Amino acid sequence: MSFTARDIPFTILCVAMLGALVWMFFLNPLLAAQLSINGLVIGALYGVVAMCFVLIYKASQIVNFAQGEFLLVGAWVCWFLLTDLQLPFFWGFLFTLVFMTLFGIALQVIVLRPMIGEPIISVIMVTIGLSIFFQALMKWMFGVFVQPFPPIFETSTVNLFGIMPVQTAYLFSLVLSLVVMLGFAWFFKFSRMGLAMRATAFDQQVAQSLGISIKVVFAISWAIAAVVSALAGVTVGIVNGVSSELSFYGIKVFPAVIVGGLDSIVGSIIGGLIIGLLEGMAQFYDSEILNFGNLITVAPFYVLVIILMIKPYGLFGTRDIERV
Amino acid sequence: MATAMARPCGEFETNYRGDQRVFPSRGSAFWVVGSIVILALLPLGLPALLGAGNVALGVIASSAVMIAALYVLKIYFGVTMGNVLAIAIPGAALFAMQPDGLTPYWTDQLILIGCYGVAALGLNILVGFTGQISLGHAAFFGFGAFASAYLSNNHGIPVVLSIPLAGAMTTLVGMIVGIPAARIKGLYLAIATLASQFILFDFFNRAEWFTGGSAGSLAESFTLFGWYLGSADRYIYVVLFWVVVMYLLATNLMRSRDGRALVALRDHYLSAEIMGINLTKYRVLSFGISSFYAGIGGALYGHYLGYVSVESFDILLSIQFLGMIIIGGLGSIAGSLMGTGFMLMLPEAMETVVSVAGSMGLADTTALITALAFLKEMAIGLAIVLFLIFEPDGLAHRWQLIKAYWKLYPFSY
Repeated sequence: MSFTARDIPFTILCVAMLGALVWMFFLNPLLAAQLSINGLVIGALYGVVAMCFVLIYKASQIVNFAQGEFLLVGAWVCWFLLTDLQLPFFWGFLFTLVFMTLFGIALQVIVLRPMIGEPIISVIMVTIGLSIFFQALMKWMFGVFVQPFPPIFETSTVNLFGIMPVQTAYLFSLVLSLVVMLGFAWFFKFSRMGLAMRATAFDQQVAQSLGISIKVVFAISWAIAAVVSALAGVTVGIVNGVSSELSFYGIKVFPAVIVGGLDSIVGSIIGGLIIGLLEGMAQFYDSEILNFGNLITVAPFYVLVIILMIKPYGLFGTRDIERV
Repeated sequence: MATAMARPCGEFETNYRGDQRVFPSRGSAFWVVGSIVILALLPLGLPALLGAGNVALGVIASSAVMIAALYVLKIYFGVTMGNVLAIAIPGAALFAMQPDGLTPYWTDQLILIGCYGVAALGLNILVGFTGQISLGHAAFFGFGAFASAYLSNNHGIPVVLSIPLAGAMTTLVGMIVGIPAARIKGLYLAIATLASQFILFDFFNRAEWFTGGSAGSLAESFTLFGWYLGSADRYIYVVLFWVVVMYLLATNLMRSRDGRALVALRDHYLSAEIMGINLTKYRVLSFGISSFYAGIGGALYGHYLGYVSVESFDILLSIQFLGMIIIGGLGSIAGSLMGTGFMLMLPEAMETVVSVAGSMGLADTTALITALAFLKEMAIGLAIVLFLIFEPDGLAHRWQLIKAYWKLYPFSY
């Protein structure tokens, strides 16, 4: 792997991004620091969701456009348990996770299993159909308005380094993301199931001939993705309140996974962090210089298109994309 | 592969003429022309005109007119009387149901089916025939609507010309978006077009000189040399004209060298390249053609509503377009129209279901009415999922089965 002419556009992009990042701190250090930290925290959540996306993609070759709905369903179920049934947070959270496990498995078995062997457009459309269905169902059941979670932490903000106020829920989400990531690392390196899943991702037929049940692997990967996404959903819900906005995380996942590489778990985390940081930067330049008002929502997609043009396998993905 | 409807590449008829036909048989040509005749007669309100007060007399007289027209066609196409009756009976039933011409409701529905149907056909050329995936079709549809409104408002171009011009402009944009598409495929392409949907949507919101920003822009109504065709009962003929032209063009494309190249590209792109098909050219071309259709459909839609606003061209519409062609049948030209009809009738059907459920006292009516918008969306999602699981070849395939059943009756083979 040596530096060739092909790497020049990507290098220019990286240098430009770094330059923009540094320049931001020259312009307004405090705001820049705050937005970068917020960006990194949100980015860690993107990374967690992207990780689930990559998990499903690697295990079962299915592109899950309904990833955002996992967050949505999880957050609404948890909200329902906490407010309507008045469960304490711990139990409500636990029941949510149990529910999401069953939900993920049921989805895989009922809807996705008949899709094995179908062309890619069918698989994509099935998950899109599911996403529309659940989005509308949640709106029907819980309404279209933002519903705040009951307060869970005693203090809403803590001062980081004595000067920077950061919401406790953000710290919680950062810790949670780290725990989930370490959990994933352990799971895939040491646990029997995780090794089986890696084998399946590597070669389904060989894995099957070695006695791994592909059906179980598929179901488990969906269950894990549903549970971990629900964790992220609840976290975002605690910070911003629960609403259908949550399903947008499922779309923000795409820039993250493309930047990181579609089939790399490490890449998805780093991609998520980069996209989060990028959003922070977009927000900064938008408010300080450009005044577009919505750069934050489109900037990741511009980066996505550029990355697809110059480095479609992303930072860590396998280089087997055919260029025509 | 969900493309049983479209002839795969490399499968030919026994003679050259057979390959070059627009319609597979004389019967199918007769069916298409006959249906167009009935559609053209329907909005006129023939029964009321001819019967002058007596509905039964009017229906009989107008049915006679229709059968006479069909009989002329029968002689021209040389088909059996059974074909004539098979169109005439539902035609007469339609005349009896709508004696004063189409009701405004059905006129509106048919116009919308026409506008969306043209765009859906474009998507089917891209997805069903070329095997590319686009999640950004609504953006092109919207671009066509805005471009036509912009041309007629700001440059004084008559609407008749601005519609095809908008199509051409959309083609250009589609080909620009298609350039990355020429380099990537499958899943990556789906994601790239998803990004382009968001980028174009953002552009619509921002470019006030072009779209009027979030306020939207007004679109002039359709006139032909000073002859006002903007009202729904006249505009339906404009739409009918474009639908016929665009569907014929697509059918013609598919029997040509370029159309076959697209199908070859879908079935096996490596072999296609070895056979000398320029992949980049045809991938970009396919994007261009599909955007042209989307642009025409969007322009027709914009001039029908008279007002174009950004919100209607969001990702949900893109998904609906994909739903239309999946429900209709990927790689089937007639299926595109069937799927569009199904997709647009689905929310209406939900409304009926809700009102019936309400009147029977099965559910709380007021609660259901507030839930209606969500029920409609759920129905769309559910329809896509169920069709993909149970009928991945779509309505066009189902229609073939029904036709085969009648043809072979009482045998099943």
